[in-house]
Amino acid sequence: MTAGISGEFVAFFLLSLITLGGAVFMLSFTRVVHMVVALAFSFLGLAGLYVMLEAEFVAFSQVLIYAGAVSILMLFGIMLTRHDVDEEEQDRRRRHRTFAFVAVLALFVALFKGIVALVPAGEGKLAEANTLEIGKALFTKYVIPFELVSVLLLVALVGAIVLARKEGHDA
Amino acid sequence: MTVTLASYLLVAAFLFCIGLYGALTKRNAVVVLLCIELMLNAVNLNLVAFSKYGPQPGIAGQVFSLFNITVAAAEAAVGVAILIALYRRRSTVNVDEMDTLKR
Repeated sequence: MTAGISGEFVAFFLLSLITLGGAVFMLSFTRVVHMVVALAFSFLGLAGLYVMLEAEFVAFSQVLIYAGAVSILMLFGIMLTRHDVDEEEQDRRRRHRTFAFVAVLALFVALFKGIVALVPAGEGKLAEANTLEIGKALFTKYVIPFELVSVLLLVALVGAIVLARKEGHDA
Repeated sequence: MTVTLASYLLVAAFLFCIGLYGALTKRNAVVVLLCIELMLNAVNLNLVAFSKYGPQPGIAGQVFSLFNITVAAAEAAVGVAILIALYRRRSTVNVDEMDTLKR
């Protein structure tokens, strides 16, 4: 397409705008709950980007796990602890913030140079039924990591319960 | 104007940098955890983008990002549990007050 802008580009632009906008708003908000809501939008935008990349199953898990579970978990974490508005700006913190900004900017410039220098590889063909392919790969080639991940999830679940349990005689 | 591999990688790089900046500067530990999740998400976007546009397109990148999502979820659960345990003991969630090892 030469003159007009393709629909794919418009979709990409909107989705990345939602994603990056959510992240930037997360940085600029002062209330913690607002930050989590902004990040939930960012996660949803990422799921849209996954759909554009023909990764429907990953997009589905992204919505379920990140926009659903992790956001709610973080909200619980906020509600169960004290959360005051980020207030005073000491001199030391401002210096720390400037230093962090410069470091992150340097990292971004380095990444940008690397990405621009990247040789375009051209679009490949992915299988039509992606979820089917993922299932086949998970249960043949990646079956040992798959089982290990299930053990990891179990350990994390038990560990989280043990860590967050109330200590004392009633436990 | 078409969407190429580089555009996805740029979005992911920007997202990673925002997450890194937030993780370095925010005081509330829950927000720091969220920023780490954001960085992991940027990596996932890279993996999925390479699984379509990479030199050898295939399903491996998507499987990798699924594993990544799982590990990130486990990390978030354990992180929040540690925070709650710490809050019960020290009644703070600000990272600059967790400095017992510095004293």
